Amino acid sequence: MQSNVQQFPPFREPQPAHGHDDHGHEHHEPGFWSKYIFSSDHKVIGIQYGFTALAFLLFGFFLMLLMRWQIAHPGQPVPFLGPLLAKTLGPMAAGGVISADLYNAFGAMHGTIMVFLGVVPLAFAAFGNYVVPLMIGAPDMTFPRINMASYHAFFLGGVVMLVSFFIPGGAAQAGWTSYSPLATTIPTNGQAFWLVGMVLLITSSLLGAVNFIATIIQLRAPGMTWMRLPWFVWAQFVTAFILLLAFPPLEAAGVLQLMDNALGTSFFLPTGLAVAGKVGEASGGGSPLLWQHLFWFLGHPEVYVLILPAMGVVAEIIANNTRKPLWGYKSLVYAVLSVGFLSFIVWAHHMYMTGMGQKIATFFQITTMMISVPSVIILTCLFLSLWGGSIRINTPMLFALAFLPMFGIGGLTGLPLGLAAADLYLHDTYYIIAHFHYVVAPGTIFALFAGVYFWFPKMTGRKMNEFWGRVHFWCSFVFMNLVFMPMFAQGIKGMIRRMSDGGVNYSAARVPGAIDTLPGSVMELNTWILAAAIGLGLAQIPFIINIFWSIKHGEKVGTNPWEATTLDWHTPTPPPHGNFPQQPVIVRGPYEYNAPGHEGSYAPQAEFPAATHGHDDHGQPAHH
Amino acid sequence: MEIPYTVQNRPDTGLYNAKLGIWLFLASEVMLFGGLFSAYVLLRAGAEPGMWPHGWLNVTLGTVNTLLLALSAITTLLAWAACKVRDFGKFKFFHACTILLALSFLGIKSYEYHDKFIHYEIALADGTFADGHLKEKSADFDLKKKTGTVTIEGHIVEDRKELMDLRTEEAKKAVHKEIEIKAADIKKMQNYGPWHNTFTAIYFTMSGLHALHILGGTLVIFYLWGPGSKMWKTDPERFTNRIEVSGLFWHFVDLVWIFLFPVMYLT
Amino acid sequence: MSESEKPVSFQSYVKTCAYVFAGVLIATSLMIYASFLPHYGWPTKVSIILTIAAVNAFLVAGYLMHLLSEKKLVYTVLAFTVFFVIGLAGLTLWAMSDFPVGTAVH
Repeated sequence: MQSNVQQFPPFREPQPAHGHDDHGHEHHEPGFWSKYIFSSDHKVIGIQYGFTALAFLLFGFFLMLLMRWQIAHPGQPVPFLGPLLAKTLGPMAAGGVISADLYNAFGAMHGTIMVFLGVVPLAFAAFGNYVVPLMIGAPDMTFPRINMASYHAFFLGGVVMLVSFFIPGGAAQAGWTSYSPLATTIPTNGQAFWLVGMVLLITSSLLGAVNFIATIIQLRAPGMTWMRLPWFVWAQFVTAFILLLAFPPLEAAGVLQLMDNALGTSFFLPTGLAVAGKVGEASGGGSPLLWQHLFWFLGHPEVYVLILPAMGVVAEIIANNTRKPLWGYKSLVYAVLSVGFLSFIVWAHHMYMTGMGQKIATFFQITTMMISVPSVIILTCLFLSLWGGSIRINTPMLFALAFLPMFGIGGLTGLPLGLAAADLYLHDTYYIIAHFHYVVAPGTIFALFAGVYFWFPKMTGRKMNEFWGRVHFWCSFVFMNLVFMPMFAQGIKGMIRRMSDGGVNYSAARVPGAIDTLPGSVMELNTWILAAAIGLGLAQIPFIINIFWSIKHGEKVGTNPWEATTLDWHTPTPPPHGNFPQQPVIVRGPYEYNAPGHEGSYAPQAEFPAATHGHDDHGQPAHH
Repeated sequence: MEIPYTVQNRPDTGLYNAKLGIWLFLASEVMLFGGLFSAYVLLRAGAEPGMWPHGWLNVTLGTVNTLLLALSAITTLLAWAACKVRDFGKFKFFHACTILLALSFLGIKSYEYHDKFIHYEIALADGTFADGHLKEKSADFDLKKKTGTVTIEGHIVEDRKELMDLRTEEAKKAVHKEIEIKAADIKKMQNYGPWHNTFTAIYFTMSGLHALHILGGTLVIFYLWGPGSKMWKTDPERFTNRIEVSGLFWHFVDLVWIFLFPVMYLT
Repeated sequence: MSESEKPVSFQSYVKTCAYVFAGVLIATSLMIYASFLPHYGWPTKVSIILTIAAVNAFLVAGYLMHLLSEKKLVYTVLAFTVFFVIGLAGLTLWAMSDFPVGTAVH
């Protein structure tokens, strides 16, 4: 079976820029704009998403650093960046000090940017776009031009969000959850920008989701049955369904809130609402809780949008580096389907604090506990996959391995939050922040780093530097935990989130003798967290340099450096327009590593029957 | 490799790509309008007793619009059927009808909107409420400076609640006549725009979003009817698919109206 | 309906359309009639009217959108969608009606 690999056209050196013969059905080399900006090729779009999302992740990280500075040293000018802030943001950062309003804006935008402009576009849109069509043996996404429109809507949404920092009054300041009536009463147009930006982002992910689902259903190569899909594809499939069906209610809510903000309606404003001691002009009669329901109807499934693609990446890397099949493939498939389904009926566990009744709270506690079961099944299967494997350690594998305990910590600390009695105490404290960041930051983002290191050779034909990869990993791993672990302690001690002074007003130092104030030990952690956060930032420098350096100077590798079975590694590198020179036919499951009866350490999923006739058009792969 | 199943059905799903695509899109549209209808139910259930309006919208116009949309749905289907039997002339005719019907719908809708924007509720200094359509504002009319007068065609009620249910016998008996009101007597003057109360808010939002769908659908259908119909000569099969897919969208938009009409106009 | 199915004449489409339009016409008239019934309260009228609207929707979705003879895949997608819409509306309403007695609810 190893011989199948030899049937592929040999690895080709990148063609010179004017290589006309590279394109079977395009008659001229496309220019810069049509090749990189208005491309409808899923691989280019994937890379566009990837770079944009990484840039937004970095930007969101900087917002966080600024906030951490303000928390650790409230009221003191930001070193280095202070003058720049004062210059660009005006009175909100007078003297280089982050005002409370600016802190709120940073908080809201950090969440929004990380979730909607960073992690989702990277996990779902970038990896999904690049890898899914390759994995299922498709020439492209089903609707290439809609795919392009999806990226452009995303980009535009990002621009609107960024622009809102510079308008008078500043960006949205009501948290990434934008609860009404707060979101309507803060005197800035930032919220309107936020809503317009969100509508664009929702449109983008809607177009993406339709494309993904249609691609996975319609464009699977012959022989690629559902149970032969790599699990990554399953994870993306379920994610796409969540985006397709959970996002529209938030779009509805966004339109309603935009009406509240721009046209003075009262969808989410109660009767007799007083702002700054004055009863407002609005007609009233609306319902603030309605916003929360519509928001969390997306908001909770969104958590699974963040985590499922990451789990998919980890599963692929673990199978590849343990050199054996994933443990419990079918359980994994049914588990991810159950997670997707259940994620739609757990949302109100974010709302126990609204004083909801016992019966409905019980319902949501039950569904919340239920959804932890398939999540645990997934994690358990991934852990068990390690058992008895001769594990190959490399940078992607290190990140993938770290994902498991990190997500484990994030998931398990979520259990108390799913139960109303415990949640009432922990709600809106730093415990919550630590919990969901463990899921998303050392969890999802580690998995995404793993994915970048893993698929980089497919995109460029070169590996990223292994040594600096490991430096990146170990530093990130240590600092990540130093940032988030103390927050559990702070939260349990009662430190509330979203305080622009980092809790000084509630500290024992400010009000000596009062009960339940924050002791000095808890306040001191703020300084340590800031130091760890700066360390985490520095740890990303090797990664950033590595990624750009390796594009030109990385170690050259063949089409399949990881000796993987899945189809994405059995195309030329980088894959040409149309992906496969010949129609692949899938003959076995996705993880046939060291399977009995096969020569070599792995058996590729696909065979290329047409290739047996050799190269019939002058050594170039056939495009027909 | 080229993208497969752009025209032909994939054997195991029985669908071509675009048809699956449009159904997925419609599924998300169901969730969008589902969210809005949920909001409607919640706002209505949460309204203070007696403060949810009845009979504020013109049933005749609503009915006409319902029938116009139903007819356009039918001409859409026939346009597609004409493509299927390869009769281009019939296709042109039926989709021309669709476009005209859609435009009439939008025309009537904008008339209804206009009617709401010139309809005022005026809180008077003596605690009563004048309500009616704006006839005339005097040249020097200014609410802030309290100069000039405004004339409406309507009536004056003691309690705002009397303005809520226009289906009651008392409301039907109300005599509408021209009333001239001095700016100095006006506490608050507000038209029946989205800001008026939660009913007008949700009415304008939902029917507005629906109208945007109509507009978008009309543009697509117009494109397929005009410049896009060149494809008929080169690839009639694919063109027929496009008509089917755009038709499915159009039928969905009709479906939304089928619920919007009773919910807004009749109950 | 896809190409693989038996060919249908244009006339038969016209016939279907005529029936559907007649159905929509009758349903709409009944709906309006029901809304003017004097002796019932709004809850009764609303349920009657919405039931008729559902019939109307069935005519359009079933015959004009061919949902009566659609592929299994489409049914599956729509089944999940309908389930989630009901979940959204139902659970939200339940949550809003299940507050402890005496709580001011907005």
